[in-house]
Amino acid sequence: MGMNRRDFLKSSAAAAAASAVGISVPSEVQAAAAKGEEGWRWDKAVCRFCGTGCGIMMATKNGKIVAVKGDPAAPVNRGLNCIKGYFTAKIMYGADRLKVPLLRMNDKGEFDKKGKFKPVSWKRAFDEMEKHIRKALKESGPEGVAVFASGQYTVMEGYAAQKMMKGGFRSNAIDPNARHCMASAVVGFYQTFGIDEPSGCYDDIELTDTIISWGSNMAEMHPILWSRVSDRKLSDPERVKVVNITTYTTRSSDLADFEIIFRPQTDLALWNYIAHEIVFNHPEVIDWDFIKQHIVFTVGPVNIGYGMRRKGEKSLTPVREDGSAGKYTAKEMETIRKEMAKEVSDLEGPALAPYGYHAGDVMKNRPGTLKHWMIAFEEYKKSLEPYTLDYVAPLVKGDPNEDLEAFKNKLKALAALYIEKDRKVVSFWTMGMNQHTRGSWDNTLSYNVHFMLNKQAKPGNGAFSLTGQPSACGTAREVGTFAHRLPADLMVKNPKHRKIAEKKWRIPEGTLNPVGNQHIMKIHRDIEDGVVKFAWVNVCNPYQDSASAKHWIKAARQMDNFIVTSDGYPGISAMVSDLVLPSAMIYEKWGAYGNAERRTQHWRQQVIPVGQAMSDTWQWVELSKRFTVKDLWGPYTLRNGKKLPDVRKAAEKMGYKPDTTMFEILFANDRAKKYTLDDPVAKGFDDSDSRGDSRNVLGSDGKPFKGYGFFIHKYLFEEYAWFGRGHGHDLAPFDVYHKVRGLKWPVVNGKETPWRFNVKYDPYAAKHAKEAGLKDFAFYGPLAKKLPHGDLKGVKDKKKTSLANKAKIFARPYMDPPEMPDQEYDTWLCTGRVLEHWHSGTMTMRVPELFRAVPEALCYMNPKDAKKRGLSNGDLVIVESRRGKVKVRVETRGRNRPPQGLVFVPWFDERVLINKVCLDATCPMSKQTDYKKCAVKIYKA
Amino acid sequence: MEKKAGKPQISERRRFLTDIAYAGGLGILGGLLWAGYTEKAKSSPLTLRPPAALEESEFLKTCIKCGLCAEACRNRPANIDRDTGRPRPGTLKMAKAQDDVTIGTPYFIPREVPCYMCDDIPCVTICPSGALDVAKVTNPKTGELDYKMMDMGLAVVDPNSCIAFWGLQCDACYRACPLMDEAIRLEYDQNKRTGKHAFLKPVVDMDACTGCGLCEKACVTEKPAIFVLPREVALGKAGDHYVKGWDKKDQERVGNRVGKDVTTHDQRSEKAPQDYLNSGSLLGE
Repeated sequence: MGMNRRDFLKSSAAAAAASAVGISVPSEVQAAAAKGEEGWRWDKAVCRFCGTGCGIMMATKNGKIVAVKGDPAAPVNRGLNCIKGYFTAKIMYGADRLKVPLLRMNDKGEFDKKGKFKPVSWKRAFDEMEKHIRKALKESGPEGVAVFASGQYTVMEGYAAQKMMKGGFRSNAIDPNARHCMASAVVGFYQTFGIDEPSGCYDDIELTDTIISWGSNMAEMHPILWSRVSDRKLSDPERVKVVNITTYTTRSSDLADFEIIFRPQTDLALWNYIAHEIVFNHPEVIDWDFIKQHIVFTVGPVNIGYGMRRKGEKSLTPVREDGSAGKYTAKEMETIRKEMAKEVSDLEGPALAPYGYHAGDVMKNRPGTLKHWMIAFEEYKKSLEPYTLDYVAPLVKGDPNEDLEAFKNKLKALAALYIEKDRKVVSFWTMGMNQHTRGSWDNTLSYNVHFMLNKQAKPGNGAFSLTGQPSACGTAREVGTFAHRLPADLMVKNPKHRKIAEKKWRIPEGTLNPVGNQHIMKIHRDIEDGVVKFAWVNVCNPYQDSASAKHWIKAARQMDNFIVTSDGYPGISAMVSDLVLPSAMIYEKWGAYGNAERRTQHWRQQVIPVGQAMSDTWQWVELSKRFTVKDLWGPYTLRNGKKLPDVRKAAEKMGYKPDTTMFEILFANDRAKKYTLDDPVAKGFDDSDSRGDSRNVLGSDGKPFKGYGFFIHKYLFEEYAWFGRGHGHDLAPFDVYHKVRGLKWPVVNGKETPWRFNVKYDPYAAKHAKEAGLKDFAFYGPLAKKLPHGDLKGVKDKKKTSLANKAKIFARPYMDPPEMPDQEYDTWLCTGRVLEHWHSGTMTMRVPELFRAVPEALCYMNPKDAKKRGLSNGDLVIVESRRGKVKVRVETRGRNRPPQGLVFVPWFDERVLINKVCLDATCPMSKQTDYKKCAVKIYKA
Repeated sequence: MEKKAGKPQISERRRFLTDIAYAGGLGILGGLLWAGYTEKAKSSPLTLRPPAALEESEFLKTCIKCGLCAEACRNRPANIDRDTGRPRPGTLKMAKAQDDVTIGTPYFIPREVPCYMCDDIPCVTICPSGALDVAKVTNPKTGELDYKMMDMGLAVVDPNSCIAFWGLQCDACYRACPLMDEAIRLEYDQNKRTGKHAFLKPVVDMDACTGCGLCEKACVTEKPAIFVLPREVALGKAGDHYVKGWDKKDQERVGNRVGKDVTTHDQRSEKAPQDYLNSGSLLGE
């Protein structure tokens, strides 16, 4: 039937809309829609960007992606997207996409760190990588080979990288940029629940009465979730309350009933204030039945430092008279020396008093530790004593121009919302609470409040950590591409866990390295110390995203090492590298991501990669062909003296020969080959890795690559999924994910789990509760569930008792950050993102529409502060810290409205490399960098 | 006159007549060209002038086309390219012959370079003729320059092509607006199709909007869904005879009508009463 354009649009829209609400559409209309789109192949996928995890559908024609639509069948977004998702059809087609490997060379064609980049073959690229990895292993052992991994890896890429790094190279120096993003949340989960990831799901938004946003700008960073929050507010504007708790006014404040502008770091005090209100002024609301069954009270040491470099480290040596030390200037050392010892301030004094410290005391800092022990409720109550309104209000108030009494009323209103009986509350947070020198503490403090009120792990009730990246959950955390982890919450330091992995990977017992301490900042520092000699950047941009950037850039460029970057586009990390490899981007490969609500979503390869680009999976698998049992499985002595045993004899007993490659053992083994190419789920779709493609890319051996001959993506996924199944991390079979719009794990008997630990919704909770004789909840996470006893000041009884199925309430004080504004550096600097751009901008800055909307990073400043400095809107200024400076334009009328004394600069713009200014202090427990606060001075450029 | 062999002679008289005709033809041609040219004395009604410009016909009479405003705009410190140290293209352009604007007068195209509404408004303060009238952007109470008083035009949203009206989370214009929450607000509406999302629609406030065009520049659609038009084009007029009873401030809109000229004239009331009454044929008489 003929159809004009209007009818076609109507019928397509009708068909899509109808299927979204589950109405069946007359087949006539559907047929009409299908005919109009003839030649376009639609298939489902996920958005490339944030942790919300919107579903999209891609249309391909002639081998290119020509259009995108929000997936109307996706429960997360029902066909809607934000403007980043709106442009996913364009992100792979920037004109300067990397297409060939590039190596720095001299005129003779030899690798030269000072040389210019010139195109080379894949074979040459792998030859160089092999050479430099061998050199690094010889000079520093496995600790000399490092990988900057990613929360934007697909599940398959992450698993392949982890297998080769840990099983092959025996190196634990693989850590993702999710370290910068979610590590504090992860430690919060592990310490509180014994297992990672949120108990709730996005449905909490539609079911709650109250949305409290802590250190999170959902309006810009999780736009589709904010759309759902907005709808919830509109559905019952009187009852539903929204509060924005933030260090500067953001767009999220627009919907909020009120906003609380707080001094950076004092969210610690604010959580404790709410707990204080409950315990001291409203003890009747504490659900003692719940607490007695399910909760213990705990505490850890407070003198844990700030995750900065410690005295004696190579690059801090020698210590000089002028105050400088090693590669660090005297100015930098002003802050860094607090890592070893710090005088307790007047602000933190009262909070630390219950722990035995007072203002003026010198606190000697030990390295960050995860140790904690149980205490009595009375001790926990003691820890809350200082947090009266009179202490907390002046400490927390972040806007010097706000009236203190009005501020006090806001704090009271906030506490009242939590406390109100029968009021459901969801607390959301993202980077404000995670990128924090006490981020692990901050995370656990949120659960304290929700537990006491029995408002956790229930529909519409709970503290919900929002994930920033699209697969920080799905890949980094669940696959375990962290220095200290293995898949599904297994840990490298646990011999039982190592055995499980070794057995599954069919590698000898003792292969895996038990020392996993090389987190991202340590990798940077190890490069600077000359320990790490080979580093590979995968799907991230560490030289733009890491604080104290000048140090790491210098170390990479000037020292004897070999840095490789695999990316879609040339960014700062590529510029810093010695070898740049063209990576296939998201829809140019099979993949899977896991979003913030534990929803795992898969997609098929939609188009063939551009140029010579190949997926990161392929790059890792090809690298594995270059190394044998003989090369990698001999003995090593690690830095700390621990010895890795020689497992080559054991390998022989398993049937491997000295020259058997890691490729044969880890990837092209007999289990992998069972996943054949004629799998119906792959019919009609490309798979450049499994089957090769029409480009016939000359591969790592110089010959045309014809594919691995088996369905490698399904193999990698299914082998990884094995780890979690039966252990609370159950994933559905590979094929199922290609039929549905994702499923929230644990998926048990085909059913997803919306609320974990809740007997009604989580089959694991039901099982454990039954076994343990508990009602309603079972917090069955296994980690750190045997603890000694003590009080706020330390362990008093070393005997450990079991807390199986229990969760923890932690006593944790307010403490200052290591660097605060002073005479010279008089302003707080906070960093973050804007809606239009993703992370370091390598993708979104190449979309002309997004670039035009926000072409450069600005310094958002209070207009009074600008006037004080004689600055007009739009003036170029220098923002300078003890570590470095950037030139940036002032914005006094922008989307972010800071109080006086604070400025905000987003980090997407490589011309405003704000991480040169930021401080690499971390939460000493999670090792996550605090990008949200350091001290700067600002003056006209 | 002697007859020369070959070429026919042209008489003086004929030459004179030919010359007259020739000159007349040229004159007419020139006149046609000039007439066509002087149509350019009027600019396209969509022209956007610099801030504080007089009303268009007054502006054209007053502007001496010196270009100082465009120069001040281009050379302002905030316009220096951070990498090259040289000025980027400024907002104000001086109209050339092929533009749809009176030659030599300043105007701007927001989609190319919007007006950043500098605190010190250098284009207006430097104007020597008063075509850009500094009083229009000076706060009468404080005596200081006030960019919020600018009125270069009005932003208009096309709800059909604005993706925020589709339900997508955009609002790039809202976040780009220097008078955010004043000139552009977000209007929240429930998305009944999905049942759990909200529309966040950009809505322009006609009083606060200065027409700077930062919204039009930021708009991510292929052809901007929010764009600046001169007020006369963008706005209708409701009429001064009715005041919104529920809105105390609406009196300001209509001002005070004087009691003159209240008589209405239309087709029906054309004829004087007697003429009408005496002309009618009621029963086909």
